[in-house]
Amino acid sequence: MTETDPNVAHERAGEALGAEIASADDVRRALTRMAHEIIERHGSASQLVVIGLQSGGLEPAQHLAEQLERIVGHDIARGSLDVAFYRDDLALRPVVPEAATDIAVDLDGKVVVLVDDVLFTGRTIRAALNALSDFGRAKSVELAVLVDRGHRELPIRPDYVGKNLPTARSERVDASVRGIWLGQQERSAS
Amino acid sequence: MKNLLSIHDLGKAGIIDVMNVAESFAEVERRTMKKVPALKGKVVATLFFEESTRTRLSFETAAKRLSADVLSLSVASSSVKKGESLKDTLKTIESLGIDAVIIRHRSSGAPLQASRWLDDIAVINAGDGWHEHPSQGLLDAFTVRQAWAEDAGVKPIDTGAELFAGKRIVIVGDIAHSRVARSETLAYKALGADVVLCAPQTLLPSDTSSWGVEVTHDLDAELEQADLISVLRLQAERGSGECVPSLREFNADFAMTTTRLRALKPGARVTHPGPMVRGVEIASEVADDPRCLVTTQVTNGVAVRMAVLYLLLTGGNQGLEGVGQ
Repeated sequence: MTETDPNVAHERAGEALGAEIASADDVRRALTRMAHEIIERHGSASQLVVIGLQSGGLEPAQHLAEQLERIVGHDIARGSLDVAFYRDDLALRPVVPEAATDIAVDLDGKVVVLVDDVLFTGRTIRAALNALSDFGRAKSVELAVLVDRGHRELPIRPDYVGKNLPTARSERVDASVRGIWLGQQERSAS
Repeated sequence: MKNLLSIHDLGKAGIIDVMNVAESFAEVERRTMKKVPALKGKVVATLFFEESTRTRLSFETAAKRLSADVLSLSVASSSVKKGESLKDTLKTIESLGIDAVIIRHRSSGAPLQASRWLDDIAVINAGDGWHEHPSQGLLDAFTVRQAWAEDAGVKPIDTGAELFAGKRIVIVGDIAHSRVARSETLAYKALGADVVLCAPQTLLPSDTSSWGVEVTHDLDAELEQADLISVLRLQAERGSGECVPSLREFNADFAMTTTRLRALKPGARVTHPGPMVRGVEIASEVADDPRCLVTTQVTNGVAVRMAVLYLLLTGGNQGLEGVGQ
């Protein structure tokens, strides 16, 4: 997602987003805290690769990488990952060819931090783990999300969480660096 | 759409969808590990009633890169030799629970007929007689768009069909016998380019009035304006030999020679669907020139065919029309 007018970016077909759970400032503060947690665990961060999941994870991944770079004072390797070809529900989802995978570094021995906007069933992360293994044998893979909304269908848990948000299955969560919203109607399983 | 029988069925939007999804698969092709599990559990059969090297290998590579299982039916050693009809061969394939069949046949319309017999199987035309070779037309358009996008310094996926608008594409050689010429013409026209067919009268289809193209017998007059020269093979096995006085005369008037390559405007490209016959329709030096995209075409063939298989076999009821929502 590119930097656009937040009001436009968050109104799909005139739909209201629901209640604001967190502001843009809240989200940025959470990303800064998550960056510090990553550094506490990994020190100099020289082996870190921050990979954003297409498409909601890209912006948070950029911000997280920038915070990490600010703290450690050197460049952090980045990438993006599209898991469309690894999903188990292909027939249910449209293809988004604009969502490209771009992982320029060999992941052998690296510490990968996967970044996504909302953690829900865990199926996207399952697909991402499969996809990542095609790019080398990472030393470890960790998961950072802006929102953990529960309802996991697989044994997957996040390592760094912006906000834990208890939700009903039918509710809809929108999360980006512009804020977090909780609405009444889930668009589709994510 | 469940089948890929003709470029005609795709239309402009469908062609762009295939090219865009193929860009994603081109990225997969650049990885060290080139395989993705998208079609795991699907079975794809290739049924070639005519000989082929690159098309069959390309489709089979594409299917395997998508983790589909591939059955390769060799007609020479099959029951077809015992007199089994096309319909019975296809019904056998249907009974085995195969998901897609890729057909090449000497008769125009054989894949269309096959699609009428097969309810639940995707049928892909890999070349039928003089009619069409849609995946070749798609990969040629994909390759050309990539080259033009690189020249313009933009990502192909961001351009849609823009780069084809106002371009002048000259298809030269044995057009009458070429299914590639038909698929390319349909694809390039749909994307907004102007198409010129250039051949001796004997190698032109009897009536091209409905094609919406210009026709010429003078290749030299086209060189300065052309943005792309698509060179076709002289198809000796389909009787092209009787249509030209001699190979030397054909070569003098209609082959892509080094002299003609020099006459092209800067940035113009040359394509050839292969197999090339060096020294007949294309000079060896032209074939090896960086402006000639023939090896890129072969490489891109896999990504484009992955896109076709992926869209047909994962699109649910929507198939090719379901993309890009």
